[in-house]
Order: sequence, then structure tokens, then C-alpha cells
Amino acid sequence: MADTESQPSRSRDLDKLLLRPGNLVGPNFEPGPQLRADLQEYARVLVVGAGGLGCELLKDLALSGFKNLEVIDMDRIEVSNLNRQFLFRLQDVGKPKADVAAKRVMERVSGVNIIPHFSRIEDKDLDFYNDFNIIALGLDSIEARSYINAVACSFLEYDSDDNPREETIKPMVDGGTEGFKGHARVIIPGVTPCFECTIWLFPPQEKFPLCTLAETPRTAAHCIEYAHLIKWDEVRSGKTFDPDDPEHMKWVYEEAVKRAELFGIPGVTYSLTQGVVKNIIPAIASTNAIISAACALETLKIASGCSKTLSNYLTYNGVEGLHTKVTEFVKDKDCLVCGPGVLIELDPSTTLQKFINLLEDHPKLLLSKASVTHRGNNLYMQAPPVLEEMTRSNLSLPLFGLMGKIPMDIVHVTGTTRKNDKKTSSLRKLRVVFKGVDGVIDMDTAGGA
Amino acid sequence: MIRLFKVKEKQRELAESAVGGAPVKKQTAGELRLNKGWFIFNKNSYVTKVILKVEDDFMEGGSSLLVILKFCVTYASHGGYSNRCLKVKGQGDISELNLPKTCSIIFPNGKDDLMNFEVSIRPDEGYYMGGTFIFTFQVSPIYPHEAPKVKCKTKVYHPNIDLEGNVCLNILREDWKPVLNINTIIYGLFHLFTQPNHEDPLNHDAAAVLRDNPKLFESNVRRAMSGGYVGQTFFPRCV
Repeated sequence: MADTESQPSRSRDLDKLLLRPGNLVGPNFEPGPQLRADLQEYARVLVVGAGGLGCELLKDLALSGFKNLEVIDMDRIEVSNLNRQFLFRLQDVGKPKADVAAKRVMERVSGVNIIPHFSRIEDKDLDFYNDFNIIALGLDSIEARSYINAVACSFLEYDSDDNPREETIKPMVDGGTEGFKGHARVIIPGVTPCFECTIWLFPPQEKFPLCTLAETPRTAAHCIEYAHLIKWDEVRSGKTFDPDDPEHMKWVYEEAVKRAELFGIPGVTYSLTQGVVKNIIPAIASTNAIISAACALETLKIASGCSKTLSNYLTYNGVEGLHTKVTEFVKDKDCLVCGPGVLIELDPSTTLQKFINLLEDHPKLLLSKASVTHRGNNLYMQAPPVLEEMTRSNLSLPLFGLMGKIPMDIVHVTGTTRKNDKKTSSLRKLRVVFKGVDGVIDMDTAGGA
Repeated sequence: MIRLFKVKEKQRELAESAVGGAPVKKQTAGELRLNKGWFIFNKNSYVTKVILKVEDDFMEGGSSLLVILKFCVTYASHGGYSNRCLKVKGQGDISELNLPKTCSIIFPNGKDDLMNFEVSIRPDEGYYMGGTFIFTFQVSPIYPHEAPKVKCKTKVYHPNIDLEGNVCLNILREDWKPVLNINTIIYGLFHLFTQPNHEDPLNHDAAAVLRDNPKLFESNVRRAMSGGYVGQTFFPRCV
């Protein structure tokens, strides 16, 4: 960005935010050219997804002064993407989205460096995600968001007062769109609700009863789902249905048409078939632009402190006119992903059996007949009998060894608690710390940021 | 936050130059992958009156705008999710399983893959008494947000179970709620055998026979369970 006096600054608009003080700025905001330079040099942002939101996000972030960006996407470009994923052209069809997106933005914005990753998000190590300062999400499924949320929240550590340690916080900005509607939210693990804290917001997926599909279809969607779920297995059993295979989709469409004709139901089209089978809603470029703009702005605010961040969930609806609202959702303190968990300090010689007994009397837990899981390993299961037998031998072993001899880690326990004289099943997150082991961070004297 | 980023970057550079390579990463709180969810059917979230400035005009948005949050829920099913992932809620439900004597469970992939298992049901009353029926369960990574996929591995003559093994049980599809769990599904499946229902047929021939001629239905079931033909279809023995 040229700063010579003869040329106006190329970041004229950004300068208005970064070079001057204001009344709405965040705490610790230090306006000046140093901030602008620091953003370029030190801020590292990961954009997850290079589709409708990802393309817009990359452009917005690059133009907002971020110079170190990386983008990850596992898909290749398809013709249907071209109406809104503006970084791609017809001749790019078939190439990895991440590669092409990175290349195009680097061509247009001088100085920005974007590293593309053509891979699944699950195939990257935790260390990969830990290298970034902020993660911006342009994903299209609950499952993917849940995964990234779990990864980002896994970096979070709490001190002995159950306050989040600032240097372990990995902020995320998550955007999503569907037709004319969209949302943008800021997730600061340990401070704002994480994705799992608010997962109850999602309405259930619409599923038709199998018998309706088999016997009494009434709508075009029923005919399509019949072909997809029932007829496929009957005729092409053994082969897994692949919604991305055009031949499979065509077969389902044709069968659905036959079914619809049989029952006199109108409305089966190829695009409805895609919509029902793949849960696709037609995408609109402007919605993506609006939501990504909100996300990019929040990323800039978090990194620079130039303004207070969105707190914490913005919804947008452009079906009739324009409606947006920001709601401040509250973190779930018992959240299994981002919550601190109950702190349990143990001697390294404590056996698993002793640990389980301890939980019964622990004032914050009062958990009886506990089953214990650590990082995917079931250390002890109270039921069913076949699993109890398989894990019984662990009871006499020291928990420290079973957990891989690390000084501190998260453990999940399920069991029954007594609440108001009623027995309920309970699932809790625990922070187990082994005393006197080398490398244990003394929680009380750890320095802050 | 930029100050924090600078500090971290400097620390990383220092660590790298001191050790002469990538620094040893401290053990962070373990990677979690889990599912805990409970639904509130939140269709009517907001009703608000909005005044917007669009360019230089004021436009009054309608007096009641319902903002329905319905998110795009396309899933790719990642089968081999790796043992880094912890499906805590699913495992929690398994450890709380309270099975009747007539049902048992096995884990073909061992104690650390609780997402794929088989349940065998041996009804002790009704038309299907004495038979053994095996169901496969596939629990999704976002359980309990999504119902487990259940199919019947045993070929059975039943109005609500077709010959491909699809099971017509409402709680597996349209009536699934995250407050339900594996136990409730198993009870539901058991119920299918003690009270087969000709009103939601997946096998309409069996349903018609049950409705019109229960004695014939009973003998068809016995013949199928002992290994034999009903109509054109052969059923392997399952008693």
C-alpha cells in the first residue's frame, strides 16, 4: 500500500478505521500505521470453504488488509457454481476450488499471500488449525461446523478460577446462507456460546415416514424419496447411492417420474430431485455477499480492535425487504465442547476404580455408576454386559497410565445423579490434573497474556 | 487481539530458533468431537418491525416478519471418522443401556467403535415368538441431532419390515427427537414384533393378510421363521 504523499493511500477506507481513534472502538485499540502494518504482518486467517461464502470472504479479507491467508476446500469447481463463485470461470471447471480461488485473489490484490489446501478439514492436524489467529467459516453443513468448532474449542484452556486463558482462545467467525436468508456469528470460545452451545436452534430435518413413501405418496417429494430410498435398494442393491454421480441422480429422477405418473402426482422435475435428495436450496449471490461482508468485518474487528465485535449472532432475511437482527446468545456453562469441565486433581497412582468411586462423592458431580471415556477410548463401561466385561480389567490400573501419562486432559463421564430425589442420567466433562507430574502447569501462578 | 497475535508469533520464533527446529507442542486439551443437542422446535423465532434505510429512502418493513431459521443441512457421511473423534453422547447412551432379557447387543468393531453395532431381538410373545431378528445400527457423527440408521439384517415376513430390511418405525424418521436414545429405539423395534401393524405397511401383502386373515398370517409367519416359502419369496430359518 503506497503511502507517498503524492499518491492517495490505497487503503483509504481501511485507514478511516485503523488510523483514527473513536468512541466505538474495542478495548486496547491503538490506532496508527503500526496497527495497519501489524495486521499485514502478523494476522493469520484461515478461510474454511472456497464456495459461495469462501470466494467472497477471500476477496473481502484480502482487501481488508490481511496479507496472510489460507483457504481449505475439498471440492472441485462445477458449472452450477459459476453464478456466484465469481473467482471461477468456465475453463476452471474440474479444478480444485481452493487452488483457483487463491490464485485469482492473489492476481487482483497486490501483496496478499494465500496458501490453498485441497483437502478435507478432517485430514489436517490440530497443529495446522492452531497456527491461525482467526478462523473464518464458509461451510454448508452442521457436521463440518461441529467439527471445526470442536477443534477450535479444544485449544481453549481454563485457569483454576474457571476463566478462559486469553492466549488459548481461537476466535471463529461463522457464516451460513440459504436462499434469501443467512446468518453471521462470532464465536469466542469460553466467552460467547460455541456452536454446540446453540445447536438446539436447528429445527429437525424433514423426514417422510417410509410407509407413506411405499404405499401412499401424495407429493412430488414423496415420489423422489421413494426412488432414492426404496427403489434404489430394490433394483441396484449393493451399490451405494452417490448423490454426486449424475447417472445415479438421473436414475432416481426417472424412477420418480414413473412413480408420479402411477399415482397422478405432478411436479417432479430434475431440479426438485436434486433439491430433495441433496438438500439443495438455490443459492443467491447477493446473500452470500452480504453474509461474507459481515464475517470479514468481524474478522477485522477482532484482529484490530477497531470496533466492538458483533455480539454475537446476526440473522438476515431478504425474502421481503431486508431484515436483520443481532441476538446475544449466552454460553452454556456445562457445554461439553467449550465448557471448563469440573476440575479433578488426582495423585498419579489413583486407579480407575478409585476415580469412579470418587465421582460419587464429589460435590459438583454426585455421579454414581460412572462410565469413563478418554479421547475416544472407553476406559470403563458399566453397561451393556459385553462391554463391561471387555473393560473390567482397566479398573485396577492407574488412571494416569490409561490416559497416556500426560499431566492434564479432558475426560467424559456418564452415570446417574440424584436431583431433587429424582435419578437422572448425566453426561459430564471433567478436567483431570495429575499432581506432582513433570510439566504440570501450576495453575495458580501461570502468567497471563 | 493483534497484540496477542504478535506476542504468540514472537514466542514461536523464539522457540524455533532456540530449539533449532519446530517447538515441541504442549499437550492441549484433547480433541473433542461430540454431539450433545436437544431441540426446541423454534420455528417462530422473531417477530419484529423494522425500519430500514435503503439508499436515501426509508422503507418500512412489514409489521410482522417471521424469521425462520432453517439451515442447510447437507451431510457427507464420513465413515472412517478416525479414532481421534469422540462421539460422547452416543457412547453415553450405550453405557446407560437398559436392555430387556429378550434383546442383546454386540459390537463387531470392538469396544472403541460404539457407532456401529448389532442388536438381536428374540420376542417372547406374539406371532414372532421364538424367532431371532438382527438389526444393524449406524450412529451418525452428529447424533443425537440425527436418528441412527437402523436396518433389519434378518429376512422376515412382517407388515412393517420390507424384504430389503427397511423398517417402518416413526421414531427412526419423522418422529425422531434428540431426547430419544438407543434404548427407546430398541423398545420400539421390540414392539414391532409384539404388535405388528397393518396400517403402516412396507410389505403390503403381509399387511393385507394380517388384516383380513390373522390365522393365515400366523401360519405364514411360522413357515417363514422355520425356513420356507411364503408366496414367491423364500425366508431362511431364524428360530
